[in-house]
Amino acid sequence: MSASAAPAPAVVAAHQRRDRREVLAAMALAGPAGALILLFLIGPLICIALLSLTDYQLGAKTMRLVGLTNYVEMFGDRVFRRSLENTLIYVAVVVPLSVGLGLAAALLIEAGTSLRAFYRTVYFLPVMATLIAMAIVWEFALHPTLGPVNVMLQAIGFSRVDWLQDRNVVLYTLAGIGIWQSVGFNMVLFMAGLQSIPKDLYEAASVDGVSNGWDRFRTVTWPMLGPVSLFVIVITAIRSFQVFDTVQVMTKGGPNRASEVLLYTMYSEGFEFFRTGYAAAVTMVFLAFVLTIAVLKTWLLDRRVHYA
Amino acid sequence: MIASNQHGRVLIRGLTKSFGETPVLKGIDLDIAPGEFITVLGPSGCGKTTLMRIVAGLERQDAGSVEIDGRQVDSLRPDERNIAMVFQSYALYPHLSAADNLALPLRMRRLHWRQRLPGARLFSGRVREIELEIAARVREVAALLQIEPLLGRKPGQLSGGQKQRVAVGRAMVREPRVFLMDEPLSNLDAELRVHMRAEIAQLHRRLGVTFIYVTHDQAEALTMSDRVVVMMQGRTLQFSPPGRIYSDPADLQVARFVGSPRINTVPGKATGRGSVEISGFEVALDTGMAAGTALTLALRPSETRVNLRAAQAAGPGFEARIVHRENLGSDLFLHCHVEGIEGPLIAREDPARVDDFPIGAAVRMQFPPGQLLVFDADGQRVRTTSGQRVGAAA
Repeated sequence: MSASAAPAPAVVAAHQRRDRREVLAAMALAGPAGALILLFLIGPLICIALLSLTDYQLGAKTMRLVGLTNYVEMFGDRVFRRSLENTLIYVAVVVPLSVGLGLAAALLIEAGTSLRAFYRTVYFLPVMATLIAMAIVWEFALHPTLGPVNVMLQAIGFSRVDWLQDRNVVLYTLAGIGIWQSVGFNMVLFMAGLQSIPKDLYEAASVDGVSNGWDRFRTVTWPMLGPVSLFVIVITAIRSFQVFDTVQVMTKGGPNRASEVLLYTMYSEGFEFFRTGYAAAVTMVFLAFVLTIAVLKTWLLDRRVHYA
Repeated sequence: MIASNQHGRVLIRGLTKSFGETPVLKGIDLDIAPGEFITVLGPSGCGKTTLMRIVAGLERQDAGSVEIDGRQVDSLRPDERNIAMVFQSYALYPHLSAADNLALPLRMRRLHWRQRLPGARLFSGRVREIELEIAARVREVAALLQIEPLLGRKPGQLSGGQKQRVAVGRAMVREPRVFLMDEPLSNLDAELRVHMRAEIAQLHRRLGVTFIYVTHDQAEALTMSDRVVVMMQGRTLQFSPPGRIYSDPADLQVARFVGSPRINTVPGKATGRGSVEISGFEVALDTGMAAGTALTLALRPSETRVNLRAAQAAGPGFEARIVHRENLGSDLFLHCHVEGIEGPLIAREDPARVDDFPIGAAVRMQFPPGQLLVFDADGQRVRTTSGQRVGAAA
């Protein structure tokens, strides 16, 4: 703080007074936001973490600290393991396909000249629609005998598929709906990214001999989309981990747990069996995944895709 | 590495281009000699960048043709035209190091797409061989431009001047026959701009290839080029060496655009008897025009003298009053008001005499009649002969 040779004591005191005032002012200004963050973000997180160490049941008057019992039970539980496995498969299917299709749609729409606004709106519709309502529509569309999907399949000579009743199919059906829902959102983000690429770069590339579409994509488009792609992948991954509404409306985790996913397990443990402590432990696992993705994103952003 | 002087002739014929309803180029004809440094000079919106982009193949003309070394290039892709371009924004690939930016045009040209796949050099000795040659060429160009220490950096870590050099290097690396530069210095600060001006002129002498350089900065045009094309509103008004653009403008717009401070213009009239009438006096100057023809007379401030003792000065001149002085150290510019003439007339004087010219002083502005540039009502130059000597030669 104090710079050169020893200043007079009175000056030092005045400086200290001023420093203290500044610190107080800073705390007063940051206080409200800090309090809100504590109250609504950090606080609940700590509560959940603590709850996961108890045997609390919703509505119960007492609870006991049980240490890691919930976690031990959870990792030994076939249902939870199935649920975790299903969630990972769901994420592994939805993320690459919805990111890839979103990018492809954005490239196609950007490359075209007519009807851009129309295509943009059509692809974006599922994003704006309420997924619960859409899930009911899907449920009808995928009905084994009456649904138009199977009717069409049979009309062109295929046998019908039990989209939501077949254990081997149901998870992929849900993934398909997840993709359908997020392609539009990803596409809009990619389109914004595409529009921010300077035209000069494409022109420089064409002078440099980058002559076909693939080379142009590899030399300019894909690298310049790096930051957007990372963002899209992270957002899609987090949203896929959160898959719940379609499961709740259409399958309830069935048949035979074939579409049981993390958030649905948490919901049914917490609000159907009232095992709040156990549900809190499931939530901690979910949080661990989401946090890992967020940390990975920050780390990658600093290292790889930041050009400025 | 130096392209032969026989290469790089650019022939532009009847080029027109409109964007929607707006005509941008209205018939451009240029014959650019091999190895020449041509500057296309004009205000923004005059079509100069469009002209360059058509030569580069980034834009398609509505009519007319471009030939490079006798080969019509209108249907060729930019990379097939043997040209290179330096963009105003530099347009470096931000994710690639300077070295990779320089190498990219060579990789695109010399390696098949399969050989450019990641890891290809692990499997193919041929790819490794080509990559070594490319790296050598990149080092050679970098050494010439003195950017070797920067090769490992990405564009984001380079200053404006360094980016500029890398952009020039990327253009050079393929040994093009024609270099196109679109206002390459406009993003640099004033000092660096002057420095790079000299550097680009030197580079041109060294490479000996054709340079086409687009700018709105007359200093760049006058200092660097062999010939200057002045463009306004989609037409070329004059195509001459820089000295002639200044001293012998073919069009009033050229006279007004080039030179700082701006050339003085006053209205005048042909008398029909070998003289011109200006603001109450006559100057012996044969325009060959009929009596009463309206003319515009233009005079460089550097050719205008200010005479303090107005009454004693012999010969014709403007009765004027000094309204403003600008002392630039090397030049003193006197702004003088003349009754009946809009705007001040400017004269250059010796800065050492600044105290001789107080503001408000009544003076007589005089000039050698032969230095008067005469333009007709359409702004076209009128060739004249004066009493003393023959005016600027045709």
